[in-house]
Amino acid sequence: MTLTSLAFYLFASVSVASAFMVIAARNPVYSVLFLILTFFNSAGLFILMGAEFLALILVVVYVGAVAVLFLFVVMMLDIDFAELSEGFLQYLPIGATVGLILLLELLLVFGASSRLADSNPLPRATPEGMTNAEALGRVLYTDHIYYFQAAGAILLVAMIGAIVLTLVKSNNPRRQNIAEQNARTKEDGVALVDVKPGQGL
Amino acid sequence: MQDLLSNYYPILIFMALAAVITLALMVVPLFAAPHNPDSEKNAPYECGFEAFDDARMKFDVKFYLVAILFIIFDLEVAFLFPWAVAFGEVGLFGFWSMMFFLGVLTIGFAYEWRKGALDWD
Amino acid sequence: MFNDIGLILPELVLFLGAMGLLMLGAFSSKDATRTVDFGAIILLLVAAVLSLTQSQNGYATAFNGAFVVDGFAALMKALTFVATAIAILMSRDFMAREKLARFEFSVLLVLAATGMGMMISANDLIALYMGIELQSLALYVVAAINRDSLRSTESGLKYFVLGALSSGLLLYGASLIYGFSGSIEFAEIAKAFQPVDGQLPIAMTIGLVFLIAGLAFKISAVPFHMWTPDVYEGAPTAVTAFFAAAPKLAGMAIFLRVMLTAFPDAIIAWQQIIIFVSFASMLLGAFAAIGQQNIKRLMAYSSIGHMGFALVGFAAGTQDGVSGVILYMTLYAIMTLGTFACILSMRREGGMVERIDNLAGLSQTRPFMAACLAIMMFSLAGIPPMAGFFGKLFVFRAAIDAGLYGLSILGVLSSVVGAYYYLRIVKIMYIDAPSEDDYQPMPRELSIMAGVMAGFALLFFVYPAPLIELSNGAAAALLNGAGTDVVTGLLSRP
Repeated sequence: MTLTSLAFYLFASVSVASAFMVIAARNPVYSVLFLILTFFNSAGLFILMGAEFLALILVVVYVGAVAVLFLFVVMMLDIDFAELSEGFLQYLPIGATVGLILLLELLLVFGASSRLADSNPLPRATPEGMTNAEALGRVLYTDHIYYFQAAGAILLVAMIGAIVLTLVKSNNPRRQNIAEQNARTKEDGVALVDVKPGQGL
Repeated sequence: MQDLLSNYYPILIFMALAAVITLALMVVPLFAAPHNPDSEKNAPYECGFEAFDDARMKFDVKFYLVAILFIIFDLEVAFLFPWAVAFGEVGLFGFWSMMFFLGVLTIGFAYEWRKGALDWD
Repeated sequence: MFNDIGLILPELVLFLGAMGLLMLGAFSSKDATRTVDFGAIILLLVAAVLSLTQSQNGYATAFNGAFVVDGFAALMKALTFVATAIAILMSRDFMAREKLARFEFSVLLVLAATGMGMMISANDLIALYMGIELQSLALYVVAAINRDSLRSTESGLKYFVLGALSSGLLLYGASLIYGFSGSIEFAEIAKAFQPVDGQLPIAMTIGLVFLIAGLAFKISAVPFHMWTPDVYEGAPTAVTAFFAAAPKLAGMAIFLRVMLTAFPDAIIAWQQIIIFVSFASMLLGAFAAIGQQNIKRLMAYSSIGHMGFALVGFAAGTQDGVSGVILYMTLYAIMTLGTFACILSMRREGGMVERIDNLAGLSQTRPFMAACLAIMMFSLAGIPPMAGFFGKLFVFRAAIDAGLYGLSILGVLSSVVGAYYYLRIVKIMYIDAPSEDDYQPMPRELSIMAGVMAGFALLFFVYPAPLIELSNGAAAALLNGAGTDVVTGLLSRP
């Protein structure tokens, strides 16, 4: 029982338990918080596997941005969540069946992998003496420029899509235009009118 | 493997310490603090009134737009990390490759600016 | 590097052009929707011509084997881009009248076409996934583009959730295949995926099944079809017209490429699956469409059925079969776009109507539209001498040559059942009494499109050789990996 396996069992058990709590928690805000805990523990698992860059991205992108987005969505919807989550666990049998099938398939794959592992060793993810990020950086922008720019195109579509679908033009009539206010002169704003007595305006 | 873990030794200890302190602060009050609830104490407090309605209220969809645009730029930054680390190796081609990527997202940024997605009201 | 850029030129033109149009739309002071639409159509046609000229290069790969250009890719890309251009052209009047006209629509369609081009030319698993995601993400957005309508947003959401699920399946399969073959390139996977002692490696077979599931979703083949009717019905009709044509062409193209270049020796594994999927799609398409009242829903089931027919040729796995699939998909895209040109014209005083009953007596009120729609229905049903008949003829002939008698018989039977609901529409248009209120006149571009497509479907039998030859050339290019020159081969014919 080395420290590594101790850390592995700690991260793995906490992430499975908190993943279960994500669907079992009654309050959706708690669900999101458990999801964050799951992300953190998965990041720990990635570090144990030597994928430090993935762990970093998991924390930066998922905890930092995706979880916040989930919180907004949870708060944006005006739904009685306690009532909604009543039925959640009734799907447990179906979910468990699907999970079981996936587990069986994974076992099958692992069974086959022991046969293939010696004959067909995969190349190591990172060369010796180099961090993840550096190994990635050396190839991603030059050898794999095609995938990299395709990722840029996908992000552009995501940006257009977000604006097309959610941007609401508000016609707030009392919107402040500071430049216009500063550019106003006395001549624009004040008119002197010579009112003759007895006539009114 | 062992040296990998030794790299992370300080943070592992830090996390263990944080977990112990947090748990202690949650567990100790269960035994130490006086616990004597009644229905009035448990009722939600709203300036002396009975609570009018649920504390949950609808958020504007604008928050969502801001969050999703944040995610997109967050991902863009995620691509910058390995580039910065390997900057000396990727050469001029790697540099312009990243400039094109940033250019694409700048186009997206100009678009959202013009559409007024960055204005709050 | 410059050689690589030359090979991705069609996609590059579309991508840079889409960004240019986005800036044009965002920075022009007045509403630039019509200009952007026009620019998008021009871009797509330019890209189609560029990709056709690329077939002269023969077989070439770019970016360390991520991207492949051959006669097959050239033809399928050109068809996809033209189908997208036609969809934009047909959408203009509809979107303007429904107050949905926004310049982003065309920009998103151009970006989706970029993704489709990347899909068709994908030569490894990552390129495949990136192409599919670029296309799908744009499609999810345009499905929900009428964001004030509950049905449109619901269809976008359904499409998105199920699309994400299918992408997950595809990735799971791809990671298993990569794990056991040690490579993401299709050619390398083909080398690793050989039968050992007459048996395929089981883990890779599981990966293959997941990959097929993900791809079958994209072409909406049974049992991964469940999103289609709801999305087709809920999305704005102009968007549905686009969904029914271009993405299906691209999806079928990449399906063919993955199976035939990455798993050529595993045909015993995937042939059974394709036969089942084809069989189930044909039956569901034939029977589920009978009870439909909404014409868009009917077209959804019709497209599921047609995917089943195209897969008959695919199941054969031979060059004739692939050629039949390409021909079938081309004719299907033309017939579908022609049908949607008519559906987009079903507009009365109060707005669009979508029920099949609303077509009653159309032959008396709008004879041209009724004639076009009737020709399309005859062609979709596969009644000779319409174009649709030839598509079916070629795929069934390939299947019989490959010994798939059961599948062919079943295909013929389900096409008889399918003919019932197509002909029912003709009957409603020509025999039933017209209702009181009249349809508004067909917008000019829609009537031109409907007329051209109907004329094509009607007169295809007069001179079918060019299209058949193109499909043969493309199929040979896909299967042999050789530089079969599709276009110049055709042009130099006496």
